[in-house]
Amino acid sequence: MMMSSPMNIFDVAGRAMSAQLVRMNSSASNLANAGSIAGSAEAAYRPVKPVFRTELDRSSGLASVSVDRITRSDAAAIRQHDPDHPLADENGDVWVAPVDETQEMVEMMESARQYQNMIEVLQTAKSLMLDTMRLGK
Amino acid sequence: MAESLFGIHGAALEVRSHRLGLLSSNIANAATPGYKARDVDFRTALDAKLNGMGGDAAMAKAEKYRTPLMPSMDGNTVELATEQVAFSENAVGYATTLSFIQSRVETLTRALKGE
Repeated sequence: MMMSSPMNIFDVAGRAMSAQLVRMNSSASNLANAGSIAGSAEAAYRPVKPVFRTELDRSSGLASVSVDRITRSDAAAIRQHDPDHPLADENGDVWVAPVDETQEMVEMMESARQYQNMIEVLQTAKSLMLDTMRLGK
Repeated sequence: MAESLFGIHGAALEVRSHRLGLLSSNIANAATPGYKARDVDFRTALDAKLNGMGGDAAMAKAEKYRTPLMPSMDGNTVELATEQVAFSENAVGYATTLSFIQSRVETLTRALKGE
């Protein structure tokens, strides 16, 4: 990513927060698609997962986070025998999305906690900077 | 000029401010695979600055990678508990230094006004 001005602490926190939001969104998508059924193994929903990357600003030494890419898990869809389902194939099988709900919930809690951490950092930095601005008044 | 006015506190505030940024970077990268947590050795940085070294050079000299207590599988060396304690310690240090500078400014203002 090109940057004209050196990164400051607010950029670091802002980018980290948007990265955590992407993570939270992908967990929400996975949870929303948990238990969704498809007619073939290829058509079944596969969970998404963001990959984070450090974004180092050499001039200030600060390091922020960005989402490098969003990967799809290669977990195999779960085959279920359900001949009455409208999507069932000739063998009477349907494929359920391989979403690990517990893992997604943990992921979501962790990203929420890290989002809160960044807010805390932001508040501390902001009040210290305001105090510095008011110096001598 | 500013150095003689605020003494050690001007240099200390700069080091504190730099450290604030580094610790924020560590907290921001708590979930990034392969990220290595960094910190500045406060004493080294302050000594370097007081010996007339420039800001960037002094920080570069004092910057160290943190040794994790429990290394994780993905190569990330951020331990949130350590970083949060260091962050709040640094924030208190910053506020303290700021109040020293504040009182120095007040002293000078009073001297100038001749009260």
